[in-house]
Amino acid sequence: MTPMVDLAFLLVTFFMLTTKFAPDETVVVDTPSSISDLKLPESNVITLTVDKRKRVFFGVDAPETKKLALQRVAAKYGVNFTAGQAKEFANLPNFGVPISQLGSLLDTPKEDRKQLNEQQPGIPMDSLNNQLIDWVLEARKANQALFKKPTYIAIKGDGMADVPTVQQVIKVLQERDINRFNLITDLENKPVAAQ
Amino acid sequence: MAEIQQKADSGGGGKKRAKKMSTKIDMTPMVDLAFLLLTFFMLTTTFAKPNVMQLTMPVKEKNEEEQTKLKESEAFTIIMGEANKVYYYAGMLSPESKPELKVTDYGPNGIRQVILDRRREQPKTVILIKPDDKAVYKNMVDILDEMNITNQKKYALVKISKADQDLIKESGL
Repeated sequence: MTPMVDLAFLLVTFFMLTTKFAPDETVVVDTPSSISDLKLPESNVITLTVDKRKRVFFGVDAPETKKLALQRVAAKYGVNFTAGQAKEFANLPNFGVPISQLGSLLDTPKEDRKQLNEQQPGIPMDSLNNQLIDWVLEARKANQALFKKPTYIAIKGDGMADVPTVQQVIKVLQERDINRFNLITDLENKPVAAQ
Repeated sequence: MAEIQQKADSGGGGKKRAKKMSTKIDMTPMVDLAFLLLTFFMLTTTFAKPNVMQLTMPVKEKNEEEQTKLKESEAFTIIMGEANKVYYYAGMLSPESKPELKVTDYGPNGIRQVILDRRREQPKTVILIKPDDKAVYKNMVDILDEMNITNQKKYALVKISKADQDLIKESGL
């Protein structure tokens, strides 16, 4: 029995040292399926999540890019963030609030934030208050400055999300010459199409 | 590896007793195997990454003249409506001709068959995909997926026009 116990001990130690908890997603989105089997790139990805309540959430993978983008967008909108808030922001996977509410979101402790997620109104993208495009452009510039790599734009839409919102997101990006997108989908088997 | 121990006869009664045998199996090789398997998987698994479907939109030309003109004969329009209905007609919408609107669904005998039939008739067809405001995102992804499945290379995602919406209302499909 001793070798088995040794094995169990080794396993436990290994997992104790190496697990990282997955960050809590702000919103759960049920993506539609497609036959496409291209994989999402590992890094340098900006994710725009569209849920069925017409809310748009923004997220970018590297924490440093997040911090730099936060500084720049904050400067553009004249909002200040403390170092503590910036640190919290770097740990958020994505968010969907206008910049005016971002400060209070970052100040709420993690456990309470989960309840707030339901009420996040999404990032505004109407022509008068297009914060979404500012976030996207600053994140791209920040990623280029920090890592010298271009970013991929991934759109993660819920199957039941309405088409006009997604079209608006695409239009907002096209206006700034961003024409290549990746739509995140589940994998389905390719059916045979008889010619 | 394995051992069979025979219990010494304790000199019981005159009756013949079957000899009790106890077996001991050495578990070390099994544990070694488990350990090896585990190490192998610890070192080789990668988490499943989400799949993506690429969507490349054409660059918006500032000058209207520069955009390549689409021939009426080559165009084929697919409109995604509400409640998972797909409408289609050949050609583009123009004030003179009112094309006949037909309806189908997303199943394998629906829009896929329609696209394949159309390609057989007109190999140089260009498909215009117009999602209605009442369609859902899933419909849009499904149609783009059908483009991939049927190997349709020429297609464009365009905004639906009022004329198309009226066409659907009038046809009552």
